[in-house]
Amino acid sequence: MTQSEVDYSDVQGLVRFGYKLMKEASYVLLRVKNVAAARSWLRTASVTSAIAVSPPPSTAMQVAFTAAGLKALGVLDPVLAGFSSEFLAGMTEESRSRRLGDVESNAPSQWDWGNSANVPHLVVMFFAEPGRLEAFMKSSTGKAWDEAFELLRCLDTSDLGSIEPFGFVDGISQPQIDWAQERDLAQSQIYYSNVVALGEFLLGYRNEYNKYTDRPLIEADTASAGLLPAEDAPEKKDLGRNGTYLVMRHLRQDVRGFWQFISQQVGGNAAEVDKLAAAFVGRTRAGDPLAQIQKEAIPGIGTQPDQIHQNQFTFDQDPTGSRCPFGAHVRRANPRNSDCPGHPTGLAQLVATLGLGPKGFRDDLMSSVRFHRILRRGREYGPGLSPSEALAPALPNDPERGLRFICLNANISRQFEFLQNAWLMNTKFSALNKESDPLLGNRQPIPGCPVTDNFSRQKDEGLRCRVSGLPQFVTVRGGAYFFLPSLRAIRYFAGAGNT
Amino acid sequence: MTPQASFMILAVIDPQREAQLRQLLASMNHAPGRADPNNALIPFEQFDTLHFARLLIVDDKTIDDIRVYGLTPSTYPLYLTFLGDIDGDRDTFLEKLARFAPTGLRSIFSCCEGFTSGTDLVTWMKQHSCSSAAEYQNWPGRTVRRAREEAALHEALEGYIKSNASAFTGVPPREIHAELRRFISKQTSSGQLMLSVEDPTPPDWSISNSLHKVGVPLLFLIASPILLPIGLIGLVRLRGLEKTDPELCPRVDLAYSNDLARLEDHDVANQFTAMGSLKPGTVRLWTAILVLLVIDWFARHIFTRGRLGRVRTIHFARWVFLDGKKRVVFLSNYDGSLESYMDDFINKVGFGLNLVFSNGVGYPRTKFLIKEGCSDERKFKEYLRRHQLPTQVWYYAYPGLTAVDLEKNGLIRQGLESPSLSDQEASEWVALL
Repeated sequence: MTQSEVDYSDVQGLVRFGYKLMKEASYVLLRVKNVAAARSWLRTASVTSAIAVSPPPSTAMQVAFTAAGLKALGVLDPVLAGFSSEFLAGMTEESRSRRLGDVESNAPSQWDWGNSANVPHLVVMFFAEPGRLEAFMKSSTGKAWDEAFELLRCLDTSDLGSIEPFGFVDGISQPQIDWAQERDLAQSQIYYSNVVALGEFLLGYRNEYNKYTDRPLIEADTASAGLLPAEDAPEKKDLGRNGTYLVMRHLRQDVRGFWQFISQQVGGNAAEVDKLAAAFVGRTRAGDPLAQIQKEAIPGIGTQPDQIHQNQFTFDQDPTGSRCPFGAHVRRANPRNSDCPGHPTGLAQLVATLGLGPKGFRDDLMSSVRFHRILRRGREYGPGLSPSEALAPALPNDPERGLRFICLNANISRQFEFLQNAWLMNTKFSALNKESDPLLGNRQPIPGCPVTDNFSRQKDEGLRCRVSGLPQFVTVRGGAYFFLPSLRAIRYFAGAGNT
Repeated sequence: MTPQASFMILAVIDPQREAQLRQLLASMNHAPGRADPNNALIPFEQFDTLHFARLLIVDDKTIDDIRVYGLTPSTYPLYLTFLGDIDGDRDTFLEKLARFAPTGLRSIFSCCEGFTSGTDLVTWMKQHSCSSAAEYQNWPGRTVRRAREEAALHEALEGYIKSNASAFTGVPPREIHAELRRFISKQTSSGQLMLSVEDPTPPDWSISNSLHKVGVPLLFLIASPILLPIGLIGLVRLRGLEKTDPELCPRVDLAYSNDLARLEDHDVANQFTAMGSLKPGTVRLWTAILVLLVIDWFARHIFTRGRLGRVRTIHFARWVFLDGKKRVVFLSNYDGSLESYMDDFINKVGFGLNLVFSNGVGYPRTKFLIKEGCSDERKFKEYLRRHQLPTQVWYYAYPGLTAVDLEKNGLIRQGLESPSLSDQEASEWVALL
């Protein structure tokens, strides 16, 4: 089958770039007030593409739509039906909330935005170099915008210098997208690789299963004339191609609660505070992994000394969890495994596949990670608070701080939702028990397990240390599933009424 | 050891009483699909040899799929099925059921054809029992009692460690082992903790199990002069069929999928039921029969220690032929969400999945019976979800415990019962706690 090169001018820049130099950003959640005006704004909106330019642009604007938003823009039902069911049902569908851990204080009914009372139709994301955001937003909005949209929320962000609110260097580990589509996807993966198929992050290309993820393929007609043909069905137009899904979650972080709890656990001993906090995360605050750096290169982590120092590791060298606890955040979020434990090849691989290979208690406890990667593009909000400041009690009107979590993936259920459900929230992850993610866990009881607020640190010799009574540090305050379309698809949506 | 068995009662629902039956089933639940363990009709909890049980109305929505072969679909009655996984043999359990829940069972079964107030419950249940073509048990020999006792043991150890945490810091594993052994021996002798000794294996079961173990391969061997040439012809024919058999994996109706989801993910384990029609023709029928025979043999004799192939999340599973082998139903109890269950299957035992399910109408196209098929992940997931049936009542004897938990608890007990461990063994044992 023909594989075509990626047309970067059709892809929204956020898929390729994190816009790190544009330290200011604002995510504007909107509802369509006037369809004609909304379409007309979209037609002229200058959405930044993924083309690399030198010098890089100083501002960028990205647009993504919810299912309700596409409907409001007049996208027809048969076209909509081609989007994934997670996207169509939305993040707040009741059974989904249960799987995502969005219950009790995380429940959509408690959210500031995104629940049935205030579903956004679209999000316009503005990025700008320091000092330029306000002017940029002003120039991009104006009269047509006011006519078109009703403002639901303006989610501000803050630049804490690549540090997330708890105080850890963030965004160190990201999958490397195989833009050139060079990986042989027909082969199983014997060793962990950080290079992930393009189709995992962009619709219309082959994914890790060597298949095309479902997306709307529509009839070729005048309305769809501007869209690209589908690689796997050239007679159809591919509305998904060069687009992807964007998951947004507004996560409030209780920074004071986090450091006060840790400090109290170790009796205020500063060195021990750092150690326990690092155990929760699986990295030190500076970003150094607790797991051991290996000599063998890992494809896709980079070759710079700091890249090696921070990412050239798997958990193979730490089978007992004594360096990096099994339940540490980074070990849950990316177990860095391959298709089969022990990396068998040839006959041994066949034997293992038949289930006749060696069977250690800790073998094969989790799925192969390459099917469950996400590209994180979130930003912090609220003022920074250092760990030592966090030990002081909060004054009245202590500002909210946290993460505007954003991730990109082509298959929400297999990537974001799986990760959230099977690895982060799961109290049984990696044969653990009674504990979920130390940072993100909601600590809610489940049937048969009233206690889920533990955290264990394994030891090589002797009994694990267990911390109990972890409070909930992160609370979900909003969220939605968006479609981040290609620039061609945006033009198609802008003309949706012409059909 | 006490072997496990299963039962499955299948009866045609009296169309006049379907609504009444649905009401009755709903009355057994404390939440949609989840049985009240002590409900008035069948107080599951009181049967201490029952692992899992479910009642469901077998309402196959895919009967019309056979039309893709130009065939007219048969008309199938609506069935009620009541099934469970138990310790000991089936007949003893059915008798116990009839003894402890006669009224409830009678009111349920009276919604089925041919059941009257004069019907003998046990005889009727036996007459309406159907056997599985293949069955898998996560850990033959692990009884409900043992699963619960070992879970209580683990809890007791955790509690003791928690309240004596300082006494364990920096202590070498062998000493920890010795200390915990002392604690548990006190607990058991004072009767606070129960660790029952395994019952002797029923001799007739041992004999039949050994006969099966040797007999099935032997039969294959004896029949091989005939089987091999026929098989070869069959394989060539199959390869031809594979290329032309139509796929039928449309997107699942969102409302149907959401209805199924409402019954899922309340506990760490879930139920799964899927059914469909076999592809027409002798070749497909015999392929299905043979493949299930082989799976059954492997499940009974090889995959007996917590793993079906590489999959560690299945408690019990079975395949059952229905309606003169025209339809197949697959029923399982598994850990985690359906998405991770399906991923596990695709990535770890995709070949086995293809071998069995590709004989069902509309399955994603396979290559040489084992390749491709389910690796078309989206199609496969839609296919499975579309063939899934809601379970009206589901009971689970050890909520909150996964198959891996049960295995771990078993290993903890095993280590605890050894008077002394080597340093290495003690280290590994302590790591389980």
